[in-house]
Amino acid sequence: MFLYVLSRIARALITVALIITLAFVILRMTGDPATIILGPDAPPEAYEAFRRNWGLDQPLFIQYLSYFAAILKGDLGQSMRDGRAALDVVMERVPLTLLLTVPALLFNLVIGITAGIFAALNRNSWIDRAIMTASVTGFTVPSFVMGLVLALIFAVKLKVLPSGGSETWQHTILPSVTMGLIGAAIIARFTRSAMLEVLGQPYIRTASAKGLNWTDVVIQHALPNAAIPTLTIIGFMIGSLVAGAVVVESIFSWPGVGRLLVGAVANRDLAVVQVILILIGFTMVLANLIVDLAYGVIDPRLRHSTPAK
Amino acid sequence: MVTKATLKAVDGVSFDLARGEVLGLVGESGCGKSTTARLTLGQLPPSAGEVIFEGKTVPSSRTQQWRNLRRHMQMIYQDPLGALDRRLPIIEQIAEPYTIHGIGGSRAERREKAQALMLQVGLRPDQASSYPHELSGGQRQRVVIARALALEPRLLVCDEPVSALDVSIQAQVLNLLDDLRRKTGFSALFISHDLKVVRQMADRVAVMYLGRIVEEGPPEDVFHAPLHPYTQALVSAAPSIHGNRGRNRIVLSGDPPNPVNVPGGCPFHPRCPVAVVRCRTDVPSLSREGDRAVSCHLAGSAGGGGFSPAPHPKSKALEAV
Amino acid sequence: MAIADETRSPSGTASVFTAKSRASAFFEAWPPVILLAIFWIVAMLVLIAFGNFFAPQSYTAMDLQARLSEPVFMGGTFSHVLGTDELGRDVLSRLIASIRISLTIAFLATLVSACFGVLLGFFAAFARGRVEQAILMLIDAQAAMPFMIIALAVLAFLGNSLPLFTILLGFYGWERIARIARGLAIAAQEQGYAAAVRDLGASPLRVYGRHILPNIASTLLISMTLNFPEVILLETSLSFLGLGVQPPETSLGAMVGYGRDYIQSAPWIMLAPAAIIVLTTLCISLIGDWLRDKLDPTLGK
Repeated sequence: MFLYVLSRIARALITVALIITLAFVILRMTGDPATIILGPDAPPEAYEAFRRNWGLDQPLFIQYLSYFAAILKGDLGQSMRDGRAALDVVMERVPLTLLLTVPALLFNLVIGITAGIFAALNRNSWIDRAIMTASVTGFTVPSFVMGLVLALIFAVKLKVLPSGGSETWQHTILPSVTMGLIGAAIIARFTRSAMLEVLGQPYIRTASAKGLNWTDVVIQHALPNAAIPTLTIIGFMIGSLVAGAVVVESIFSWPGVGRLLVGAVANRDLAVVQVILILIGFTMVLANLIVDLAYGVIDPRLRHSTPAK
Repeated sequence: MVTKATLKAVDGVSFDLARGEVLGLVGESGCGKSTTARLTLGQLPPSAGEVIFEGKTVPSSRTQQWRNLRRHMQMIYQDPLGALDRRLPIIEQIAEPYTIHGIGGSRAERREKAQALMLQVGLRPDQASSYPHELSGGQRQRVVIARALALEPRLLVCDEPVSALDVSIQAQVLNLLDDLRRKTGFSALFISHDLKVVRQMADRVAVMYLGRIVEEGPPEDVFHAPLHPYTQALVSAAPSIHGNRGRNRIVLSGDPPNPVNVPGGCPFHPRCPVAVVRCRTDVPSLSREGDRAVSCHLAGSAGGGGFSPAPHPKSKALEAV
Repeated sequence: MAIADETRSPSGTASVFTAKSRASAFFEAWPPVILLAIFWIVAMLVLIAFGNFFAPQSYTAMDLQARLSEPVFMGGTFSHVLGTDELGRDVLSRLIASIRISLTIAFLATLVSACFGVLLGFFAAFARGRVEQAILMLIDAQAAMPFMIIALAVLAFLGNSLPLFTILLGFYGWERIARIARGLAIAAQEQGYAAAVRDLGASPLRVYGRHILPNIASTLLISMTLNFPEVILLETSLSFLGLGVQPPETSLGAMVGYGRDYIQSAPWIMLAPAAIIVLTTLCISLIGDWLRDKLDPTLGK
């Protein structure tokens, strides 16, 4: 178990390092970072200072190391637009994004898992078909279409909810529901197939053959075993929520990290893009690490495993 | 911390194979027969020692030299369906060795040669464009044999070539291999767990136990007068059309030990019905007298170039030892 | 079956009976939903190939007299069947141009990702050891990071052009293909035909190209089919945000993006391309799922 945790943490660190390397590689591929970050109109002295600060006169490998060092110190450059530290610009938007994504995650887990289990238990009935049809539709509809259609219905036609902005709690409803519905579709489908797989196992037949009440069989034997594969998809879910937030925040003019990213990409505010890239990378790696560790706790095979030969 | 255990699938195995000779290798499953085959072909690098083919060390796999050597060493597999590409007609698979090694002339000539090979192994010309799954098990093995012989190899390693086939088909395939050997004169390493099969095919037989050769000799001698207690047990366990009447069947106790944890002394001693104290401490070496060799403390030299067998567990001699 | 047909055919009712059972057998093999989906995809392919013949006008032609005119079924005229946009451009013509761009990009990107994934997957299976570990780590890193974020970062750093955008999307999903290709190649070379061909002396190129690839092609094709709709969603999302296909070119996502400002006054500008996106991705997903269940029930999700 200890080795398992250790190897997962090592993997997570390597992934973070890879993402930072990716940022570095892309940055260097663009040519002279000074021109890109400072813009073509900056005075020559500014270029000079920038090159010295970023160590651009050093060999590439040294540059790479100092890039790492700068990131570890939290020195991630300045936003082009107002000259503030890029990290601050991003961090002040984070709570707003969490305000949308956390409810959306809860929403899609509760709805998705319930629907998936329900569909699996009523396999091939009309309930199953209805849930699966809704699920397939759910993830072939892009989030921007889903968001716009919800806005068209509830904001434009019915006029019960605001279509954009972030003033009141009502403003969070449409964006979180948009994100939640799409996630729920994926979770429902995955939970259903995990459940069906578990229900087909011999131990379920054994449990019901020895006279156990079917509800007890499901609760005691099927659900815990189906939870294991379902857990693995949660890391992926968080990723798709983050990607969804970019689109959904833009649709509903929600001033979170996603909308900031879209603006920064359009304006080529590279320092901000880079901070967001690393921040999301870090979040994703952390989420996957937590999922992996939870997996180790839930799955007894991993918990008690001795390290392999 | 983790302690690493080494699995020695094969340990100290040494044998020679003369040109045109067939060496049979018998033993229980897991005794290292297949590993020996892979080592012989150079598919696995030996951790110590070497394999010498026609005076040269067999190079490690993945090198061009190794690939070139395939022209002279070929293999027949246990599962012919698995060994064939199910997406290609068999004629193409039989002709493929020519393409790989850039020999056999033009495309049409290669095809002609492949057709000749098909006839040689007893496949009908109209089966040329069939796919492996359309053939029977015996026919598939014939395809594998034809493909292996396309390059006219000088060594053919047969790893349980008939054990996946119906008993009625086994004899046909064995006869085919025997005929082909007489015609083309290849040497063969013939691996099987089936004594009857080995007896039919081999000029010489080696018995393996836990990665070691415990007995070697001409098949008639080895199977009629086994020297090693393990061979005695194997021979006595072989089914016979005469039934078990009047035969002293030796039933070995226990399972073969874990090859990761080979017992000290003679590896066979925990299961040996006649083991003595010495067997627990001293590793017997393979000693040779004439055309027979045995690795057992109890199989003594009888003088005059022969061995006396280890005492049979049900014979009076045991009481004397 | 054949015998039953012959014995029944003399009597009048029997032929109806067999005809019915034949029809039901046909629909069993080809469910109506799948037939519809295939029909839709074929229609899209025809539009991609011959779109210019169907487009009533050039997709950039502006008709400032007829801005925001309604489609026929909302009271408009036949001169603009699906109405016009804020600059008086014909929505139908723009739609056809968008379909061509969006689906071509998605198709090329899927091909790129399949090639890249198969190459890396095979290379991992061939090299084993450290190289394999490094590739697996790369796969894990890619899987951990939402691709959209990476795509946005690359667009920010490198700027945008149509070829670059297509290649960028070509990196979407390579890690799944690579994982599948690696797994199948390892399975093939551990035992069976690939090992046998290697024993004949075949070069790795021959083993992988001539034997392993054709044997796993159907599985790869299915995972490509499942990748395709996701690439469409990604392209349209980026174009919707204004960061993908740039004007004067148009794409389904870009149309929705520009139409969004007129959601109240002229919803048709946005709804027509949105409907095409949903229908196309839905159809491809249905076909992909159906193919998977039919051809390769072992392939996981």
